Amino acid sequence: MTSSLLFNITTLLYLASMLAFFAFIASRAKALGTAGTAIAFGGLLLQTIAIGLRWKESYELGVGHAPLSNLYESVVFFSWTIVLIYGLLDLKYKYRVIGAFVMPFALLGMAWAQLGLDSGIQPLVPALQSNWLLYHVITCFLGYAAFAVACGISIMYLIRENHEKLKDASEQSIVATFPASKILDDLNYKSIMFGFPLLTLGIVTGAAWANYAWGTYWSWDPKETWSLIVWFVYAAFLHARITRGWAGRRAAWLSIIGFAATIFCYLGVNLFLSGLHSYGG
Amino acid sequence: MTSNEQSGFRSIWDFFCSLKLTMFLFITLAVISIIGTVIPQGAPPPEYLQTISQNKLKLYQALGFFDMYHSWWFILLLSLLSMNLIACSIKRLPHIWKTITQPVMVMGDGLEKTLTNLTTIETRGDVATLRDRVAAVLKAEFADPVITETDGAFHLFAQKTPWSRLAVYAVHLSVLVIFIGAIIGSLFGYKGFVNIPEGESVARVMSRSEKEIDLGFAVRCEKFSVAFYDTGAPKEFKSILTVLENGQPVPGYNRVPVIVNDPLSYKGITFYQSSYGKLGEHEFTISDLDGKNPQPLMIKSGGSAKLPNGSGICLQETTPDISRFQPGLNGPAAQVEVHLANGENKTFIVYSNNPVMNRMNLPYTGGKLLQYRGGEEFMYTGLQVAKDPGVWVVWLGCLLMVVGIYVAFFMSHRRIWVRVEKGTVTIGGSSSKNQGGFQLFMERLVTKLKKQLPMEDDK
Repeated sequence: MTSSLLFNITTLLYLASMLAFFAFIASRAKALGTAGTAIAFGGLLLQTIAIGLRWKESYELGVGHAPLSNLYESVVFFSWTIVLIYGLLDLKYKYRVIGAFVMPFALLGMAWAQLGLDSGIQPLVPALQSNWLLYHVITCFLGYAAFAVACGISIMYLIRENHEKLKDASEQSIVATFPASKILDDLNYKSIMFGFPLLTLGIVTGAAWANYAWGTYWSWDPKETWSLIVWFVYAAFLHARITRGWAGRRAAWLSIIGFAATIFCYLGVNLFLSGLHSYGG
Repeated sequence: MTSNEQSGFRSIWDFFCSLKLTMFLFITLAVISIIGTVIPQGAPPPEYLQTISQNKLKLYQALGFFDMYHSWWFILLLSLLSMNLIACSIKRLPHIWKTITQPVMVMGDGLEKTLTNLTTIETRGDVATLRDRVAAVLKAEFADPVITETDGAFHLFAQKTPWSRLAVYAVHLSVLVIFIGAIIGSLFGYKGFVNIPEGESVARVMSRSEKEIDLGFAVRCEKFSVAFYDTGAPKEFKSILTVLENGQPVPGYNRVPVIVNDPLSYKGITFYQSSYGKLGEHEFTISDLDGKNPQPLMIKSGGSAKLPNGSGICLQETTPDISRFQPGLNGPAAQVEVHLANGENKTFIVYSNNPVMNRMNLPYTGGKLLQYRGGEEFMYTGLQVAKDPGVWVVWLGCLLMVVGIYVAFFMSHRRIWVRVEKGTVTIGGSSSKNQGGFQLFMERLVTKLKKQLPMEDDK
């Protein structure tokens, strides 16, 4: 049994989970929603084992390190954190339909990693040989994942809110299966409430590491600057809720823009801009 | 102050207190910060400057786009943000402070109407006994209550974590603390760079603003080495450094290994492994085929020179003993690259003990015999040097921010009021956060309370 095989099965499970959620929305058959969640949890468990196995495999290759060192490993870990955060949300609030808007992110990540990225286990370059790698990457990606979930919920919010404004809103419409816009707004806030401290901690651990390795905690490197941009957007989101005229739709848009900025910070900076974070993480 | 002046001051104050300003600043900062991630900062590489027109270059320079995070307009925005959060805190803090230090301990009509969690329990019995039972339940399930007596009724008040209301101001303060740390660092610290050849020492470094800084002590590079993985990827860059005071090694700072992610600190100045290179000079001779008319040719490590026929020659690598690479041969050798007249590049090896092999290179050296005479070569290490007395203030700010955000999001100020009168017990509560969770808690509390109180129908 290799980690690579397990990652492939995980990808298929996330696909199956997403399809089950889609079928659940279309049919309103409760069993399908439960199946979607159950498959997602199965995938999460398998992926957890696979990540552990890959960690072990790296030691067998004599280059032992946590599987968080290159683009492939980070995308896989990102998918894992997304499903983890979704799972926690589901255990607490049990709004199954949210899975239809969150699992696509996890599937996209896994499919891209498995089909398009180099999955070879590489030794750590000197810049990454530090325990800070673990703290920094884990906090950042848990934050990113919470923002991914918030983005999915915000999209649902915009659709649902539009629907609620209709005069002849049909109870038969697919949108009627979504939780009420008030609940979605609250869940959006709760996800960002979870993600924002983690992003803050991710930026702080990154600064601490940079200071330890290079002697500057902040050098306005594009990656650092983009993480700050993301922080500004979510700080705006958090203040929007107590500002007249900003709650509701505008806050939902801020959450979506925030996640777009997050993805640019994670991938766009490495693809389009140059800087210190050139190891694709 | 005239009333005009007063209203002018008032409107400036309102401007700085407004949340709309906060939203504007966050969004503006987010958007304009993008500029500096697209336009290279500091000294932009010449290749970049070649791709933009002269007019654009002048415009960017005038707007400060090449150092935008230190430009007056970016600093202005950060200052506005600071003033905004100070003003907002000054406006709201006194009220919050009063809520914490002078809690309303009696549930009157006005307060009662604002509470969403309100239950009235019909009961019987002596008021003092009821009071004691309610107090016991509150103490066991929530917090020790304060009891006040007015008009024959008892008022119980209990609260948890009132200070959590301050967390949001702690977060605001943390932003200012981080700014202060950054200012201290930029006023009293510096960042610099120094190259030290193996075996040599330096006492001065060059700062980023091109100023020479006296360290007050010296640092010697004893040795520099690079280790590689089997794949050829670098594994470790290591300098062995010694700190010298008056030319003598400082105990504890003698031959300290410094690698990436493991710097050396002495007297508040820290040295970080950053780059490396080779220094050295190599002697070649170029002569007629029979060795007559030898001309010396000196090339620096990694440097280049010109052959008599005008072709350029680059020195790529040298070794004091070729037998490691080519068994059967011996002596020093050098790998060079020659740029031929036809535009081709030719890489070959020049030996010092092997004129026969060297003759095979004649087609590339213009018919002259090129021989390697040897040379001296040593490594130098490139170190980042930093002194930042503000860094601990920054970490203090970060700690305050992380703890503050956690408390602000996940802890709430919960208050419970109970009024015990003859025949009724009224209980109400409020929470500064997480209303759903508090409602569940109140429902459970009321259930427990009912079990402890004698019910009307118990008769």
